[in-house]
Amino acid sequence: MTTTEAVVRDTRTKRQVARDTRRTEAIAHKKLTSKGATIAAVIIAFFWTIPTFGLFVTSFRPGADTQSTGWWTVFVDPKFTLDNYFEALTAGGTSTTLSVAFVNSLAITIPATFLPIALASLAAYAFAWIDFKGRNLLFVFVFALQIVPLQMSLVPLLSLFSNGLTIGDVPVFPGFTLGDMEYSFARVWIAHAIFALPLATFMLHNFIAEIPGDVIEAARVDGAGHGQVFFRIILPLAMPAIASFGIFQFLWVWNDLLVATIFASPGALPITQALNSLSGTWGNRWFLQSAGTFISIIVPLIVFFALQRFFVRGLLAGATKG
Amino acid sequence: MSQVIIDETETSEPPQTTHGADPKGRAITRTLVVVGFALIAALFFLLIFSAPAEDPARIALGPVSLNTFFMWLGDLHPLIQIPIILIAFGAVVAAILVLIEYAPRPGRGYFILRLVACLAVPVLAFMMLRPYSNAVLYVVGIALLSGALLFFADYRSRQGAGYLFQLILFLAPAAIMLLIGLIYPAIATFFKSFFDKTGTDFVGLENYIWVFTNPVGTWSVINTLIWALVAPTLSVAFGLAYAVFIDRARGEKVLKVLVFMPVAISFVGAGIIWKFMYDYRQGEQLGLLNAIVTLFGGDPVSWLAVKPLVNTVMLLIVFIWTQTGFAMVILSASIKAVPVEQMEAAELDGTNAWQRFWNVTVPGIRSSLIVVLTTIAIMSLKVYDIVAVMTGGRDDTTVLGFEMVNQQQRFQSYGHSSALAVVLFLFVLPLIIYNARSLSKQREIR
Repeated sequence: MTTTEAVVRDTRTKRQVARDTRRTEAIAHKKLTSKGATIAAVIIAFFWTIPTFGLFVTSFRPGADTQSTGWWTVFVDPKFTLDNYFEALTAGGTSTTLSVAFVNSLAITIPATFLPIALASLAAYAFAWIDFKGRNLLFVFVFALQIVPLQMSLVPLLSLFSNGLTIGDVPVFPGFTLGDMEYSFARVWIAHAIFALPLATFMLHNFIAEIPGDVIEAARVDGAGHGQVFFRIILPLAMPAIASFGIFQFLWVWNDLLVATIFASPGALPITQALNSLSGTWGNRWFLQSAGTFISIIVPLIVFFALQRFFVRGLLAGATKG
Repeated sequence: MSQVIIDETETSEPPQTTHGADPKGRAITRTLVVVGFALIAALFFLLIFSAPAEDPARIALGPVSLNTFFMWLGDLHPLIQIPIILIAFGAVVAAILVLIEYAPRPGRGYFILRLVACLAVPVLAFMMLRPYSNAVLYVVGIALLSGALLFFADYRSRQGAGYLFQLILFLAPAAIMLLIGLIYPAIATFFKSFFDKTGTDFVGLENYIWVFTNPVGTWSVINTLIWALVAPTLSVAFGLAYAVFIDRARGEKVLKVLVFMPVAISFVGAGIIWKFMYDYRQGEQLGLLNAIVTLFGGDPVSWLAVKPLVNTVMLLIVFIWTQTGFAMVILSASIKAVPVEQMEAAELDGTNAWQRFWNVTVPGIRSSLIVVLTTIAIMSLKVYDIVAVMTGGRDDTTVLGFEMVNQQQRFQSYGHSSALAVVLFLFVLPLIIYNARSLSKQREIR
C-alpha cells in the first residue's frame, strides 16, 4: 500500500468505512456458515418443539375430539375451545384445585427467591472483601456443599421441623406445630432458602469480588462502615447478578417437586405437586392433562420469554472463562 | 492477589492496649478463648447427661416465638403472607446491617452496644425457639457464654475491636442455615443408614447389603449409573452440535429460543408432555410416537412399560430434551469467545469444517465443556421428578434419587432410604472433589 492510497483511504467518510466493514464481515460470514448446518439446525429445532406444540394444540381441542383422534388432525379439522382450561382449574381430585395451588406456588416462590439471595449476598460480601484466616478454604467448602444431594438432608430436616431437637435423651427444642394450619409455607420457605444458599453464595461472590476495590476504599475513607458499603455500593452494583440469579431461583423453586412433596402441608401444595397428583386421577383424559400442564408452565414461560437475557447471563456467570 | 483488602484498624482510634501486637497479649487471648470453648463444651455435656424430664414445659418470651409467628401467618391468605414475610425478614436483615455499621466504631457508647448485641442476640434467637424447661438454663448459659466469648475475642482481635464482630454478623446467618439444613442432616443420614427401619437398632451394613442385593436397590443403582453416563454426554453432544450449527446462521435468536425453552419447563410439565408423546392405547393412536409406528405398519408399543432399559431410555430422552438447551446456551456463548482470526487462519490453511471444529473450536471451549458436563452429571444423579411423574419407579425404572424418597414415604423405611442417599452421595463425591479442586486452583491464582 502506497502513502497516497493511505491518504485517499483516510478521506472516506465514517459511513463508508462502516459499509466496507459490513461487507467484509458478510463475506467472512458466508464463508464460515454452510447451508447444510442451518438446515440441520432447523430440523433439530422442529423436533425439539413438536412435543410441546402437540400438548399445546390438545389443550384447545374439544374433549371428545382429543379422546378419539390424534392432535395432528387439527390441520384438516380445526375446532377450538377454552373449556378444558376452566375444567382443569376447578377440578379437584386432591385437596387443592389447580387454581388454589397456583396461588400457593406464588406464595412459596417469591419469598423463597428473596430469602436466600439476601443471606447469600451478605456472606458473599464477607468472602470477597473481608480478609480472614481460612477464607479460601471456607469458601470452597461452601461451594462444595451445593453438591450434597438434596435427598440426603430431607428426612433429618423434616424431623427437625416437626419433632424439634433432642440431644441424647434430653429434649432441647420442640418443633413447629404447623401441621393443622391452613396455608403454612414456613417449612417450604426455609428448606428452599437453605438448599439455594451454596449456589447463590458462589455466584454472587463471583460478581461481587470483581467490583473495583478503589470504589469501596473511597467510601471507607469517607467514613462509611461495612454496613453502608454493602447497602449503598455493593447491592446497587451487584443488581445485574442478583437479578439473573433471582430469575434462576424463581424458576427453580416454581418447578420444584421434591422439596414441596416433603415439606408442604396438604393445604399448601404448589402447582407442580397438585398437577402431579391430578395427573394420576385424570389418567388418559389428555384434554385435562394438557390444560393443567399449560396452566402450570405459563408463569415460567412468561418469565423465560420476558427476562431471557438476564436468565442467560445468570447461567453464564463464572461458566465461560477462557 | 489483585484485591484491595479493607480491614485496617480505624486510624482515628488510638490503640487502647497492645494486646493485638505483642506476643504475650496474644497468648493470653488465645488461652482465654480456649477456656471459653471448653466451658461451652462442658455445658453441652452437662445438658446431655442431665436427667430427661417427663413432658417438660416450654419456656417462651411471652407470646412471641417463631412458632406463634408462623402459626399466625398460616391462617392468612397466601397472597397476604408474601409481603408480611418479606417485611419481617427485611427487618431482620436491616437490623444486622445497622449493627455491622455502628457497632465497630470506636468509643464508649459503641463498646456498650457491641457488648449488648453479643449477649442479647444469641439469647433472643434461642428463646424464639421455645426451649423446654429442663434445658432452658443450659441453653441460655451456652448462648451467654458464646456471646461473651465472641465479644472478648473481638475486643482483643489483632485487626482492632469490631472486626470479628462484623465478620460473624455477615457470615453467621448463612452459616447457621447451612449447618442446620445441609451439614447436620448429611451427617445424620450417614449414621441413620446403619440403623433399622425406625432408626432404633444398629444393624451394621444390612441396609447397604439390601441396596446391592434387592432388585429394587440394584435397579436404582444401575439406572443411576446409566443416567449419569448417558444424560450428560448426549445433552452436551446435541447442545454442542446445535450451537455450532446455528453459530452465525440466519435466525439464530429464534432457533436458540426454541431449543432453550424446555429449560424453563418444569420436569412435571415435561413429564406430562412426553407421556402424551408416548401414549399407548388400543385402536386409534393419540401418542405421536405410536401413531408413527402404526403408520409404518408396526404394532403400538407401551413405551414406559417395556423392560429392561427401553423405558429408562424413554425417561432419559425427556431429561436430555430439557438439558440440551442449557448446554447449548453456555457452549454457544463460549464458541462466540473463540477468536474469529483463528478460524480464518485455519481456513486459509485449507482445513475443512470438521477439522476446524475439532482443532480450533473444541480446544477453545474446553473449560466450558467440563463445567456443563459436571453440572448436568450432578443433575442427572439427583433426578427425581421425571421418574416420579412418568413411571413412579415401576418396571425397573427407579433411580437412587427417587427410590430413597419412595422408601421413606411409602414404606417408612428410614434405614433403606438413608443407605440409598449415602450411595448417591458417594456417586456425587468424585464430582465434588473435582469441582472443589479446580475452584481452589482458581482462587490461588487470584
